[in-house]
Amino acid sequence: MSAFAVEVRVMPRASLLDPQGQAVAHALEALGFSEVGEVRVGKHLVLRVEAASRDEAAARARVMCERLLANPVTEDYAVHVEAA
Amino acid sequence: MARVAVVVFPGSNCDADTLAAARAAGADAYYVWHRDTDLRQADVVVLPGGFSYGDYLRSGAIARFSPVMAAVTAHARAGGAVLGICNGFQILCEAGLLPGALMRNARLRFLSRPVRVRVEQTDTPFTWRYTPGEELTVPVAHGDGRYVADPSTLAEIEAAGQVVWRYVGEAPNGAAHDIAGVCNSERNVVGVMPHPERRIADILGGDDGARVFLSMEARNATQHAGEVRAVGGRHLRV
Repeated sequence: MSAFAVEVRVMPRASLLDPQGQAVAHALEALGFSEVGEVRVGKHLVLRVEAASRDEAAARARVMCERLLANPVTEDYAVHVEAA
Repeated sequence: MARVAVVVFPGSNCDADTLAAARAAGADAYYVWHRDTDLRQADVVVLPGGFSYGDYLRSGAIARFSPVMAAVTAHARAGGAVLGICNGFQILCEAGLLPGALMRNARLRFLSRPVRVRVEQTDTPFTWRYTPGEELTVPVAHGDGRYVADPSTLAEIEAAGQVVWRYVGEAPNGAAHDIAGVCNSERNVVGVMPHPERRIADILGGDDGARVFLSMEARNATQHAGEVRAVGGRHLRV
């Protein structure tokens, strides 16, 4: 078993209204960052996971996303694994 | 007399009002702590409002794995009546007992005020004492009340008459189809964002929510409220 740093990115599904992203976009615009188009706000989770391999760590993290970390109705997720 | 279990999660804050509303309606209501796995022969289970687990991760996401939820799910799967109010609605969606999900209000602001809702369906255990199309004033108090579901699910629940309460006029939180409450396809599990327990007497500004709790006295809701009789050995006037 080795330790892996698993990073999970959870984002509101693109088809859904993201009012937080809109509010941040408006604030950036007010600050003069006129180059900013769309902003979307999600979550970034960092997990330390013990697993036999990187693939196993990624597979377990995806199960965690399906069960708890992301809501399949409203969110998409991406898993990134590094050796810890 | 219906036995009504009010589940208390860490962070529930409408549990006392909900218990009081059920008792005022004549129910034998009691608390069940979220770590308990025995609903004590409940006829009805209510998941009250609040901020279970601080709304961490997503509203209801952690509460739905509380030990009591296995019993609540078994009760629901066996046809038992389950009502989720506000945070309770969020928990039922997270648990997959109701379709869809509840997201941050469209204008981000926490909304705490009375709203108008229309009773769309009266063939549920919690709405059969209302008249179809009747409009009610009930308070909302939520930050995450924007009901969403994918287009095919929305079409399905509309076609199946699973939208139980709908906001009159524009939804204050941006909810899809102005949805304020839904039920499952079996119609025994209902979730609503507004708080009926906060409108059960004139001293609270009105009693439009009282019949949600009076409805619990009926064990079996039917398509026609007039057919509901002799429930629990008592003849109900309908």
